[in-house]
Amino acid sequence: MILGADPLFSDGIDTTVVLIVIVKTIVVFAILLVAVMFYVWFMRKVIADMQNRIGPQRAGPFGAFQTLADGIKLFFKEQSSPTSADPPVFKLAPYLAIIPAFLAFAIVPIGGQVTVAGHRTYLQLADPGIGVLWLLMMSGIGLYGVMLAGWSSGSKYPLLGSVRASAQLLSYEAALGLAIVGVLVHTGSLSTRTIVNQQAWEGAGSVFSQWYWLPAIGAFIIFLISAIAETNHPPFDLVEAEQELVGGFHTEYTGIRFAIFFLAEFMNVITMSAIAVTLFLGGPSGPALGFLSADSWVNVWVMPVFWFTLKVLVLLYATVWVRATLPRLRYDQLMALGWKYLIELAFLWAMISAVVVVGADQGWNRWITVPAAIVGAGVVLAVLWACIPRRGEPVEEIR
Amino acid sequence: MGRFSGFRITIGQVGKVVTTNYPEEKREKPTRFHGRHVLNRYEDGMEKCIGCELCAGVCPARCIYVRGADNPIDDPVSPGERFGFVYEINYLRCIHCDLCVEACPTEAITETKLFEFSFTNRADAIYTKDELLVDDAGRARRQPWELWHGGEDDETSAWMRATAPSGQAAFEGKVSWSGELGFGVRDAELGQTARERLEPEVDPADHRGRGHSHDHDMGHGDEAH
Repeated sequence: MILGADPLFSDGIDTTVVLIVIVKTIVVFAILLVAVMFYVWFMRKVIADMQNRIGPQRAGPFGAFQTLADGIKLFFKEQSSPTSADPPVFKLAPYLAIIPAFLAFAIVPIGGQVTVAGHRTYLQLADPGIGVLWLLMMSGIGLYGVMLAGWSSGSKYPLLGSVRASAQLLSYEAALGLAIVGVLVHTGSLSTRTIVNQQAWEGAGSVFSQWYWLPAIGAFIIFLISAIAETNHPPFDLVEAEQELVGGFHTEYTGIRFAIFFLAEFMNVITMSAIAVTLFLGGPSGPALGFLSADSWVNVWVMPVFWFTLKVLVLLYATVWVRATLPRLRYDQLMALGWKYLIELAFLWAMISAVVVVGADQGWNRWITVPAAIVGAGVVLAVLWACIPRRGEPVEEIR
Repeated sequence: MGRFSGFRITIGQVGKVVTTNYPEEKREKPTRFHGRHVLNRYEDGMEKCIGCELCAGVCPARCIYVRGADNPIDDPVSPGERFGFVYEINYLRCIHCDLCVEACPTEAITETKLFEFSFTNRADAIYTKDELLVDDAGRARRQPWELWHGGEDDETSAWMRATAPSGQAAFEGKVSWSGELGFGVRDAELGQTARERLEPEVDPADHRGRGHSHDHDMGHGDEAH
């Protein structure tokens, strides 16, 4: 069942339950749109801060409505499409990019369990059993939007951009998936709600003892790097490298269709940060306000959402920091980082973690299992390393 | 940290802002800023321009058009024999090199610090004599498409005041021109060498300090030989 283990459905489905689901859907949709609007503003402000500039400041207080103004402008711009474009696919592509971007956010637990009109429910749109795989599915579908946009434009630069996009997203999806495996061996469940519940707040020590970022630190770092690459953010924005490809896959797009691509890209960044928070940083878990009772609406509704938002903001700031600091990678560097390092390391990390977790479960002596796992991983690494062609070594051509 | 040291640099920039909030807030312009021109007048209201066309001749962008005419005997426009009958500067072409100011024998044309004139048609872009000539108070005339800020029209001949007409350093700081309508004869601005002589510690990090050490090194080298 796609909507999963939400207690909302435990007593059967009636009108109220359907209404609650509809309201939740609308709220998540609105939250994501508003979040993108403010993230773009936030990003421009932070980058301006790091480049000794002021940043947008004309539209609204501190320029906060700049993105809204841009959106309104784009909405009223003329739609143009090249004569060589393939119209149905050309029109479909933006929606293939944005709908998965919305859907991917559905599994993110924004808050804890609340009671609405006598029904208990989670502050999260859906809690499917496939959980985190949903994210990989959706980013896989989002890739079609980018790929088809470039292909259907009937133009050279978009095609090159989309070829780059397909190769990059496929490569880093592998690293991303393996990094997720590195944390899933600890959780033992794909459901985001279960993962978050396992990381529940039990005092300040929970940051190290409950949250998964420390036991899965390797997977965490690899996840962050691959997530930036997966969302085409700098320094991995080769898909739309301006100097080489004009606008990349969206070169031929104008008006609202371009805006949709733009929104989808930043929505993916937010979703990836939210998933990183869910998997590694405890999701909405955090200290409640001690002077209020645990049942007060502040502790039930507000504080989990507050902690969730704060953690996402920290990760988003880090994303922008990376964006402001690092120059764009060359394409071979991008591929080398993905295939030669991240995938191997994520794979080995998952293997070692699995040994450690199984060993702890079976009561094996950890002073034997951990070194054995590391030696085994070292052997695998050596074999893999021997297979990688060295610089200058002739590479057998694939026919 | 090696290749990650960039992160410290970017985060270290937070809070340091070097841009100004233009147009609400503006930087002080350099003394010798080249803005749009004015045609000056003498204290008695006579025009300084004598219609010699030297400015038009020297202009590398060919943006100045001048036609001289004989002064009417009963109502002379300028103190000399001739006056600038037509004077036009095309600001779509002007590169603000200031060569016209250097070429002018009577300091009739000088440059202001005004630079914000975003005209929207060719007629506005070509400033005629009526628009260039200072008013009866000696101030530049404000055109409807110009954005003005207080004080920027005051110093209309900064470059001229900074150096002698011959352009030789020996004449620096000496005024050798006649009074201007609204301003009289203003004090000369100090040229670069004079300013350094009077305030040697203006900016210790400037190139002059390095030049000294360079000289010093050269001296040592000579001694070694």
